[in-house]
Amino acid sequence: MPLRWNPDLTPEEVTAETLFRQRRLFMKGALATTVSTLLASSANHLLAASHAALPRIQKGVVTLDENQTPFKDVSTYTNFYELGSGKSTPAANAERLPLDTWQISVEGAFQQTGPFTLQQLLQGHPLQERIYRFRCVEGWSMVIPWIGFPLRDLLSRLQPTQAARYIVFETLYDPAHLPGQTEKTLPWPYREGLRLDEAMHPLTILAVGMYDRHLPPQNGAPLRLVVPWKYGFKSIKSIVRIRASYEQPQTTWNQMAPNEYGFYANVNPEVSHPRWPQNKERRIGELLRRPTLPFNGYAEQVAHLYKDMDLQKFF
Amino acid sequence: MPVFVCFLLGLTPLLWLLLYSWQGMLGANPVELWLRLSGDWGLWCLLLTLALSPLSRWRMLQGVLRWRRMVGLFSFFYALLHLTVYLVLERALSWEDIAQDIGKRPYITVGILAFVLLLPLALTSPRRIMLRLGSTRIGWHRLVYPAALLVILHFFLQTRADWHVPLLHAVVLAVLLAWRLVR
Repeated sequence: MPLRWNPDLTPEEVTAETLFRQRRLFMKGALATTVSTLLASSANHLLAASHAALPRIQKGVVTLDENQTPFKDVSTYTNFYELGSGKSTPAANAERLPLDTWQISVEGAFQQTGPFTLQQLLQGHPLQERIYRFRCVEGWSMVIPWIGFPLRDLLSRLQPTQAARYIVFETLYDPAHLPGQTEKTLPWPYREGLRLDEAMHPLTILAVGMYDRHLPPQNGAPLRLVVPWKYGFKSIKSIVRIRASYEQPQTTWNQMAPNEYGFYANVNPEVSHPRWPQNKERRIGELLRRPTLPFNGYAEQVAHLYKDMDLQKFF
Repeated sequence: MPVFVCFLLGLTPLLWLLLYSWQGMLGANPVELWLRLSGDWGLWCLLLTLALSPLSRWRMLQGVLRWRRMVGLFSFFYALLHLTVYLVLERALSWEDIAQDIGKRPYITVGILAFVLLLPLALTSPRRIMLRLGSTRIGWHRLVYPAALLVILHFFLQTRADWHVPLLHAVVLAVLLAWRLVR
């Protein structure tokens, strides 16, 4: 069949891309409403699908003899400024994160570069459960059973070149969907980075889930970093870009306030923050604070990475 | 509106916090919410105290000045609650940690200073003392202006990234102070 061609169509008549997208959104919204009205139970089913259980998880890879924080607390008490600057707003705006057709761009000093679909990136990486402490720079902490795989496994697949000294990550930048990004609260997109040896450390993982389920959007769906010995802001969420670089990257909170947030941001009770003392923390669910452990309790595994460094200076 | 209605209204935030805590409905970090809401209500009552005299210029609202002492005392009450939550639940009365906070963290220093300025206002509010102090009391009560400025500064100093909320409060205070200068 020949293609229809209309030479009389002027550029003004073409629907603007944003309008076109809004129409699609509207259609999606209308469809969802119809479906949920007609089939209330089916709508519940759809909702459940986003929290669907993940298959074939290898358990017991890293365990922890501490009480796990309830899923409800982990999923409703988050910092994710892209979805709003309050603690519970990211959960309330969760459905705004556009999860379908997620792509990750692999760039810089890798042998393998280019766009990857989420599926292509995850392929061949069996999922493990890792129960880690999670310590926020604000002075609260949780214990979370993450589901993911070591970052080093992905990196060895992508093959960093001689020029790779740092691995840099970026969160999705999409102000049309992410309400927080319509304001200049932070210099978007959110960016974080690790030294190559930190990125290759066996404790460093990319997570796709927690509590045997897919990550909720507010916890960084569909793919996030988890570095358990660093303050939470290093564990970047909703990753769309992975780059290997020679230079130490400019990271978001460090850029915002270099005297408050260091590039390394290792959990360190000896280095107090201008806003918060870091020698104690409130474990979510407990009333009073408990002592904070050096490297968040992972000193034995990671302290050697920093053995010749002045940690008061490189905080 | 009688003053006891004002009293009941002033207690509502506290009752709300108690009820929600009892029901376990304050979310993952209840202490943080107690701290934040007691601070918010202390500041809101302080701004309302300062708003009552401009409002009373309006013929319809002439009566509101009768509430001023009560609203001012609620401001102090929530400030005291705020300070207590910080001292007991945030720092477990560890004076070493608290001294470090005051020395090192300007927002704590400023917050404590604001509380110290509010203290004589609350202490001189019982009617008997008011009568004995007479006009010197008015001088003492001018402390409310530096106290309000320090509270706003306390708010700004602890903001991480989203400046809208403290800015809005600063604008309200600026309007209330400007009204007094222009009048």
